[in-house]
Amino acid sequence: MLPTEHIAVGVQAADWRAAVTAAGRLLERSGAVQPSYTAAMLRVVEELGPYIVLAPGLALPHAHPQDGVLRPCLAVVALDAPVNFGSPENDPVRVVIAFGAVDDTGHTAALAALAGALMEPGALDALMAARSVDEIQAVLLPARAPGAEEG
Amino acid sequence: MQRWKILAVCGMGLGSSMILRMQAEKAAKVLGIDVDVELADIGSAAAQAAGADIILTSPALAGQLMHARALVIPITNYMNLNEMVEKLNNATQPPSDM
Repeated sequence: MLPTEHIAVGVQAADWRAAVTAAGRLLERSGAVQPSYTAAMLRVVEELGPYIVLAPGLALPHAHPQDGVLRPCLAVVALDAPVNFGSPENDPVRVVIAFGAVDDTGHTAALAALAGALMEPGALDALMAARSVDEIQAVLLPARAPGAEEG
Repeated sequence: MQRWKILAVCGMGLGSSMILRMQAEKAAKVLGIDVDVELADIGSAAAQAAGADIILTSPALAGQLMHARALVIPITNYMNLNEMVEKLNNATQPPSDM
């Protein structure tokens, strides 16, 4: 669900639109979504506001399955410099995790696994501090090698 | 025991509302309360809110739900169980006189 080509670090983005677009492009490039999906993710924020900024520094843009999702997917973009989404509580945003669902329930397990990983104590801080693909995966992929917990 | 009816509301009813449900169910275990959490998108939330005691949502969407009879609780950090526990505790406990 989170292949390395869906993770980018040190991404330069001038504003929230560029940040969401960067995550959308990762999904477009691997054929997980159509370009229309990136546009739809931008439209959701324009219409509903920055409710996708779910925690300090973290945005989770997404749109409807019918907006161009070809397969369930996640993409993570860690920004070089954080940007504001207009969320008084949680700006500025450093990490953008875009997801695409193919129906209203098919993505649930993957999203629950992602959220579960982010709810672990210290996970959000570790994600904000991550500067490499490996560091991102270490936070977000809950299946860790046995014995690696102490590392 | 009272069963609290909770509606978790987000833009599409498929992403962040599911995360709210995960946290609300965890918080309910911590608090020892009984909850029934349903998901809604902001467009249909008003209709679905009729039977709800509590609405959980983002601060960015809370303003659109203020006409609901249910208590609207904005959640700022979806990944922080403590915030959910504290807010659900305040909402479900009778006020005590210090």
